[in-house]
Amino acid sequence: MIRDITIGQYYQTDSVIHRLDPRVKLVATLVFIVSLFLVNNILGYVIAALFLFSMIKLSHVPFKFIVKGMKAIVFLLMITVVFNLFLTPGEAVFSIWKLSISREGIILAAKMAVRLTFLILGSSIMTLTTTPNNLTDGMEKGLKPLRLFKVPVHEVAMMMSIALRFIPILLEETDKIMKAQMARGADFESGGLIQKAKSLVPLLVPLFISAFRRANDLAMAMEARCYRGGDGRTKMKPLCYKKRDYIAYLTLALYMVCCIVLGRMISLGQIASLIGITI
Amino acid sequence: MALILDHVTYEYGTGTELKVKALDDINLVIPDGQFIGLIGHTGSGKSTLVQHLNGLIKPTSGNIYYNGKDIHDEDFSKKELRSKVGLVFQYPEHQLFEIDVFSDVCFGPKNLGLDKKEVELRAYQALKQVGLEDEYFYQSPFDLSGGQKRRVAIAGVLAMKPEVLILDEPTAGLDPKGRDEILGLVSKLRKETGMTIILVSHSMDDVAEYVDRILVMNKGRLMFDDEPKKVFSHVEELESMGLAAPQVTYIMMELKKRGYPVDTNVITISEAAKEIKRVWASK
Amino acid sequence: MGIIKTKNVVFDYIRRNEEGDVEGITTAVKDVSMDIQEGDFIAILGHNGSGKSTLAKHFNAILYPTEGTVWVNGKDTTDDSKLWDIRQEAGMVFQNPDNQIIGQVVEEDVGFGPENMGIPTREIWERVEESLKAVGMYEYRKHSPNKLSGGQKQRVSIAGVIAMHPKCIILDEPTAMLDPNGRKEVIRAVRALNDVERVTVILITHYMEEIIYANKVFVMDAGEIAMEGTPREIFSQVEKLKQLRLEVPKVTLLAYELKKSGLDLPDGILTTKELADALEQKG
Repeated sequence: MIRDITIGQYYQTDSVIHRLDPRVKLVATLVFIVSLFLVNNILGYVIAALFLFSMIKLSHVPFKFIVKGMKAIVFLLMITVVFNLFLTPGEAVFSIWKLSISREGIILAAKMAVRLTFLILGSSIMTLTTTPNNLTDGMEKGLKPLRLFKVPVHEVAMMMSIALRFIPILLEETDKIMKAQMARGADFESGGLIQKAKSLVPLLVPLFISAFRRANDLAMAMEARCYRGGDGRTKMKPLCYKKRDYIAYLTLALYMVCCIVLGRMISLGQIASLIGITI
Repeated sequence: MALILDHVTYEYGTGTELKVKALDDINLVIPDGQFIGLIGHTGSGKSTLVQHLNGLIKPTSGNIYYNGKDIHDEDFSKKELRSKVGLVFQYPEHQLFEIDVFSDVCFGPKNLGLDKKEVELRAYQALKQVGLEDEYFYQSPFDLSGGQKRRVAIAGVLAMKPEVLILDEPTAGLDPKGRDEILGLVSKLRKETGMTIILVSHSMDDVAEYVDRILVMNKGRLMFDDEPKKVFSHVEELESMGLAAPQVTYIMMELKKRGYPVDTNVITISEAAKEIKRVWASK
Repeated sequence: MGIIKTKNVVFDYIRRNEEGDVEGITTAVKDVSMDIQEGDFIAILGHNGSGKSTLAKHFNAILYPTEGTVWVNGKDTTDDSKLWDIRQEAGMVFQNPDNQIIGQVVEEDVGFGPENMGIPTREIWERVEESLKAVGMYEYRKHSPNKLSGGQKQRVSIAGVIAMHPKCIILDEPTAMLDPNGRKEVIRAVRALNDVERVTVILITHYMEEIIYANKVFVMDAGEIAMEGTPREIFSQVEKLKQLRLEVPKVTLLAYELKKSGLDLPDGILTTKELADALEQKG
């Protein structure tokens, strides 16, 4: 059910990836996402896939656990695929009624599906291997220069960290309220769109009330523990780069070069002749 | 026969390393009109068990029958089941959402598709049953005290006219007086309506004086199923499950250990007082 | 002057309507004066809505008195320049274990307070270790708080406060949402703090069994101190406690019933052993 959503949930284990500096992981995620939109041939996707799956392997997070988190976005993925399939103009290969699927549509849909899946998998590796506190520490330190432009870096980082901590709690709560209302005969499944939207009121009102109560409690608890913003705070786990972080940066640079050279510069035809198949 | 559980097992995380048997081969018959206490510490599976009784959770294996029909049959109406087997969740006041108390209690019967007059009649009766005064009916439920909110939430389930009423830790977080009020309300409901009641709790003291039968759960298994006195005689086993017998039982056992011929089967304070008086008067 | 002293403290909740005009004033705390000495174990008792939590929030400057003064270790809580000293010296643990844990890993949460105080990294680690050991949660330091039981979460919260090296720790109904095992765990941890580390403890609760170890008890009702004394003195007044919507431990109640029916027993019996001893003397 709703509890199965694992995006953003830290998975506790010990691995090289877990031990990397969060800044490295943030940069890596960014680089990986950029690379996904840079590459434009099959070899490029193969390189991205290789990179991604070696990271998953290195992270020691069970693949099943990661895939379980993907369930939540299957719907989003389907929509993207369907839209791309039908709405890309080009040479029609298949048509029913007024809709037709074009060759370009198929390619584009496949590309988008792969990109989206990789994107989510890639970013979930980051959140699965980095505690939110660590992640926000990384963001805070990495984005520190932005403070010169009056960007409240610490506050944003703290907000994100709190949001992440409360996601599982609120999900569980949603599940509970849903069941409680179902026990009173509520029906969240049948009916048209408007009916469905209306049936969410008994779920959303209690959920919001609870979220506000929690926010209020938490703010009080934080103040009681002397929280007063980022100034003058020290760190229990201050960030400093180690050897492995430099190695990671190097690997990342190498990956980017591969992506650009092999995944973009070499044309499809060149690869085709290389491998010996024509597309 | 109202409810029958036949070899009910429920697992989650099936197929992973984290596989947990929340319920392990539960067999149970709950006849009409019984007042049952379901005891177990947090995580013993008691909440999972009660959510099976109104079909919110489907067992991994095994069957549940309500009045002879399998509740997970295609043609069995879950909605009707949920109106007949009313479940009041833990901290039920967290599910209140309407602008006033009365509308909130109407939510359940309205979902049953009853006409407006019947809905309002039931809501009114339910609020009367839980002893809420008329002056609160059109107030926002969020302005009430903790104990009142909880009574409104219970009324919300009563308004569906259930035949079985399950209350999952109805006294959690209340102060002693509030706790006594809720327990008093439950036993009054039972006397007035004769409905089957299942009271889920982690405290023997809460249920000892009211119920006919006690079920004890531990690690997803049903450990004891007997009348209260017999269950309390297993003090050591109860303690090994992280539970305790009622305090009165401990007092009487201590006296017995010191060589006084007291009856250790008494449960309430007044029974204990009478028993001690009897033994000491004969000296 | 003691570690915490209040003089004629009054606190009004002012309710305003949408235009911001005063709609009504509720006096939650009325003329409370108390003087708590360093090393004391104080219990503040009262039913829900008696004003005990409102009073507690004055002890570390979350709320400020409408009238009167609160001093923490000699510092007036309304003095803004001392605010952070006060919050460090008087640490606070709240009721809901989920809503006060900030870290995603146990040790990071315990480190949160010292981080805010600007403690050097190495010392933070020392403090985290010693605090987690003090509440017996050291082996869980790498765990996610979401996977812990309620009692364990509260012990982590207590460790989070101890890590700030407070002189006094205020626990606002820390056990209200826990099951009996969790309650025992937390109370054991709190007693150890008071016994071993000599930290002043102020425990706010409505569970009677938890206050037997206190050296002084205040009972609050309608914002005022209705009773004060040792647990024994408090528990010998069964009728008065009932009027204040409270109850006494079952043992005390039984002794009281026996006494009422003519058996000559001493007042304020608190434990099973005491009762058995007293009865043994009768023959």
